[in-house]
Amino acid sequence: MTPSFHFADPVRARQLGDAIRILAPAEPFKIVHVCGTHEMAITRNGLRRFLPETVDLLEGPGCPVCVTPASHIDHAIAIAKTGAIVCSFGDMMRVPGSECSLDEARSRGADIRTVLSASDALSLARETNRQVVFFAVGFETTTPMTAAILLEDPPANFSVLASHKQVPQAMAALLDLPENRIGAYLAPGHVSTIIGTEGYQPWLETRHVPIVVGGFEPLDILYAIALILRQHRDRIAKVENGYPRAVAAEGNPVARALLEAVFEPADAAWRGVGTIPGSGYRLRSEFASFDARQRFAVDLPPEQGEIPGCRCPDVLTARAVPLDCPLFSTTCTPLTPVGPCMVGSEGACSIWFRYGGRETL
Amino acid sequence: MCLAAPARVLEVQEGQLVVDYGGVRTTARSDALAEDVSPGDYVLIHTGFAIRRLSPEDGEETLRLFDELTASLSVEGPVEDAPSSRQDTVQ
Repeated sequence: MTPSFHFADPVRARQLGDAIRILAPAEPFKIVHVCGTHEMAITRNGLRRFLPETVDLLEGPGCPVCVTPASHIDHAIAIAKTGAIVCSFGDMMRVPGSECSLDEARSRGADIRTVLSASDALSLARETNRQVVFFAVGFETTTPMTAAILLEDPPANFSVLASHKQVPQAMAALLDLPENRIGAYLAPGHVSTIIGTEGYQPWLETRHVPIVVGGFEPLDILYAIALILRQHRDRIAKVENGYPRAVAAEGNPVARALLEAVFEPADAAWRGVGTIPGSGYRLRSEFASFDARQRFAVDLPPEQGEIPGCRCPDVLTARAVPLDCPLFSTTCTPLTPVGPCMVGSEGACSIWFRYGGRETL
Repeated sequence: MCLAAPARVLEVQEGQLVVDYGGVRTTARSDALAEDVSPGDYVLIHTGFAIRRLSPEDGEETLRLFDELTASLSVEGPVEDAPSSRQDTVQ
């Protein structure tokens, strides 16, 4: 029998909503989450209507596609122009690079293909003599999969353009931005499936912000918010697991071992945020022969600066919501995106355009 | 991007699982999975890889945790047989 649970059950939702109301802080309190899937669930289900007026809930740099710097997209396009096949997740295709997106480069003749899994890129490499490059984006949830295929004795015509990022370091960096009064974090559930609640411990002790791991069903999110507000009421700040059915304290040690066998921490550039020390990954030297950056000598166009009027940098750092941007839904729409947050299907602007203003659950 | 969805395990093979993924029979790699699984178990799938075994007991435990929190704050119940607009499988 298929087990069935009511994780969108309106009765429990109202009860958790009451709990949130009981726990409402008197002073303004800002909760930031860092996950496009959270933003989708929050906005599509109208969950912000459960929040007291004092509580703000914003998406930070939670969309890996949106935070991938234009220069990495430029790099993928330049590699494709050498005649190589570049494989990318579909979300990445329309994100603007400095001159054009992967999609536009494809329409001009570059062989850029979408894949659903890193495995698909490896399979393609085994079927052709041409160079195949996997443009690897994503957080800790996705990085072990790139590692797994590199541990699988890939053929010599395969390489990886790695742009993986680490979420906890970005969460820490956001706390240090001026005028960014973050009261607490709703931590991403599936990143936490891999890194565990322990993945947030190293920097928590000095930060004093509640961090609650949340799942993705409406009730999961309301529950996590209630746990955050309870910590705030009780003046404590700790890592708390609101998604124990998918997250263990130690995370997924097998996936982490894959990741650590192939990648080591490195500084990384985040679109809209800048370079965050230790927030990315680079291939370990044993895998240098599969590093597309070393294999292909390409010239990159000058990187485009900030887009005039676009507030993506503020949205990505949880200092603005899409409605604060003068371009939102006027000149910037999913059909004519100006900034990355409108392009990525998990970008805050794209989600608000599609689902903003929904009735509550 | 970090989207992961549950699937039911139909067969356990070398390095991969045959799963029922929302009604579609497909495969998922199991080399990033820390737990042992058997046919009938549920797993969370991310970009073609199983990343975590899910158990119905843990799903029930989640609902119990929700109720424990609301009860501790004296939110009015009860919740038995609550009507639902949507039925979700364990996730």
